[in-house]
Amino acid sequence: MVTDIQIWNKPLDVATCAGLVISPDSGGTDMFVGTVRNATKGRVVLRLEFEAYETMALSEMQKLAAAAAGLWPLHAVLMHHRVGVLLPGEIAVIIAVSAAHRDAAFAACRYLIDTLKETVPIWKKEVFADGEEWVSAHP
Amino acid sequence: MTISVLTFGIARQITGGTVVLPHTDVPNAASLLQLMKEKYPALANLRSLAVAVNGQYADAATSIQPGDEVALIPPVSGG
Repeated sequence: MVTDIQIWNKPLDVATCAGLVISPDSGGTDMFVGTVRNATKGRVVLRLEFEAYETMALSEMQKLAAAAAGLWPLHAVLMHHRVGVLLPGEIAVIIAVSAAHRDAAFAACRYLIDTLKETVPIWKKEVFADGEEWVSAHP
Repeated sequence: MTISVLTFGIARQITGGTVVLPHTDVPNAASLLQLMKEKYPALANLRSLAVAVNGQYADAATSIQPGDEVALIPPVSGG
């Protein structure tokens, strides 16, 4: 299986990522594109500030890709995550999975983004017009 | 011998940056968490707080040796 795991401090590109995972032996490619929403619970979001424990975030994402490959027959897994300051509409993360058949690609794509949010050491701070908050930090 | 504890996100904001501790005070992950929460009580209010040793999530008994890369992991929020 091909894996492409990266952390970038410049804009992510959907077409580039699609090109990296689509292959002649794959019948389906699923992509999740996570973008910065302009509001949270009615508060206007000005920007998000992402930071990563980069070496560990990369190794945790590699573990997730390997785990997904153990659960489904996949041809390629791509996980690109952004760090730095992002404005509403910008892409924070791209997950792309290709497989011979779509069921595996859909399931693995969902598994990868859901598990990334639980285990990969990356953090975001929401900056509002009237304050700021590290997301999910408190109960 | 000292241990430098890397901090990220809200934990970095609470501690003000990397925290240097005597190794004898933090021989394992559990003692590190306890000491950090004593020094910085706001850490105890977080939804979770984990320790990583050499880039791997540690459990309470994981030992810490001089030269290890040690980090405090507050609740993650990537994606």
